[in-house]
Amino acid sequence: MQMEDSGFSMMMTPKLAITCIVITVISIMIRLAYVIYQSSKPLKNLAQQPVSTLIVLGSGGHTAEMLNLVSILKKERFTPRFYVAASTDNMSLQKSRVLETSLVDQSDNEKVTKATQFMQIYRSREVGQSYLTSVSTTLIAICHALLLMIKIRPQVIICNGPGTCIPLCIIAFLFKVAGIRWSSIFYVESIARVKRLSLSGLLLYKLRIADQIFVQWPQLQSKYPQTHYVGCLM
Amino acid sequence: MGGTDDDGDVRSVKMVFVTVGTTCFDALVKAVDTQQVKEELFNKGYTHLLIQMGRGSFIPTKSAGGLGCLAVDYFTFSSSIADNLKSASLVISHAGSGSIFETLRLGKPLIVVVNEDLMDNHQSELAEELAERKHLFCAHPQTLYSTIANMNVDALLPYPPADAKPVAKLINRFLGFPDD
Repeated sequence: MQMEDSGFSMMMTPKLAITCIVITVISIMIRLAYVIYQSSKPLKNLAQQPVSTLIVLGSGGHTAEMLNLVSILKKERFTPRFYVAASTDNMSLQKSRVLETSLVDQSDNEKVTKATQFMQIYRSREVGQSYLTSVSTTLIAICHALLLMIKIRPQVIICNGPGTCIPLCIIAFLFKVAGIRWSSIFYVESIARVKRLSLSGLLLYKLRIADQIFVQWPQLQSKYPQTHYVGCLM
Repeated sequence: MGGTDDDGDVRSVKMVFVTVGTTCFDALVKAVDTQQVKEELFNKGYTHLLIQMGRGSFIPTKSAGGLGCLAVDYFTFSSSIADNLKSASLVISHAGSGSIFETLRLGKPLIVVVNEDLMDNHQSELAEELAERKHLFCAHPQTLYSTIANMNVDALLPYPPADAKPVAKLINRFLGFPDD
């Protein structure tokens, strides 16, 4: 009897485990599908509360485009603001500081600037770095991005290329799936991209991580129908 | 910006500024430094040629200018090329988006020369698109001479100012904020 019983439970355990795994996988897939479906829909922000905003500065021309956009957003809506740039990029944060300082002069609103923070993030790979060392630097970059995202937990992410934004966007998406924080992710493709999306843009497009992708040329929009054509930012 | 003082001995300074940015683009510097190109520029009424040659190793020949030839000078880098662009009558640039838009915003005639040696050459896309819209001329190092010979600077259209309002509108709408 005892022997039979243990044999029975031995038979059950793998079955139970498989059932558990199947249920878990199915529920994760349902949650994923729900998040992807929900991400494409506009928010119902009836109270019109300000949203904490993460602004990822690419570098060089990317930063210039991003700051052109940020400069016309209503600051009282997008607050607090967190600017992030690659640790090897010294110019971008400086330029965003100039923009934020000019805002103070305009509105004399101390509250607005107190809510603004500037941060640097490790890049996963520098131009010309070997692929072998890239593995460890990528791991470090991901950990650093995770720490930043836990700290910031933004409701809105506005970013553009190159790759600096990718770990941040993926973490934000996982936060959505896990129910930690719902965020809206906006990606602006560079004006230099006329015929094909950049690698970053393509990743966010194909994996449906970005809620909205903006492109600056009409032919790019017709090639990638889920994007939005917005004209030139430069 | 037609030719001025064409019949006078003393021509007003008409500067051609060549920039390769932080790149190494010897093919462009070489193409500009050929006798053919320099003569054609002179025939078009330009008097001075200033070359920012970046990390390239090809050194162009300096010239004080004077009778029937262009004054040529060069430098490697400067902290800002804004003043050079401002004083130029014609800009010949590599295809980097930074110098393209800096030049267009100043309303200067621009020839963009695409560097074919670059591996992932998506930047030529931008130059070709802007050339199609008649905001600039697009050339390759070997076609620079014919581009200069055939160009009509007055046919270029001014580049419209950037407008971020459409993006801001879409973001606001998506987040449930009213339009401004």
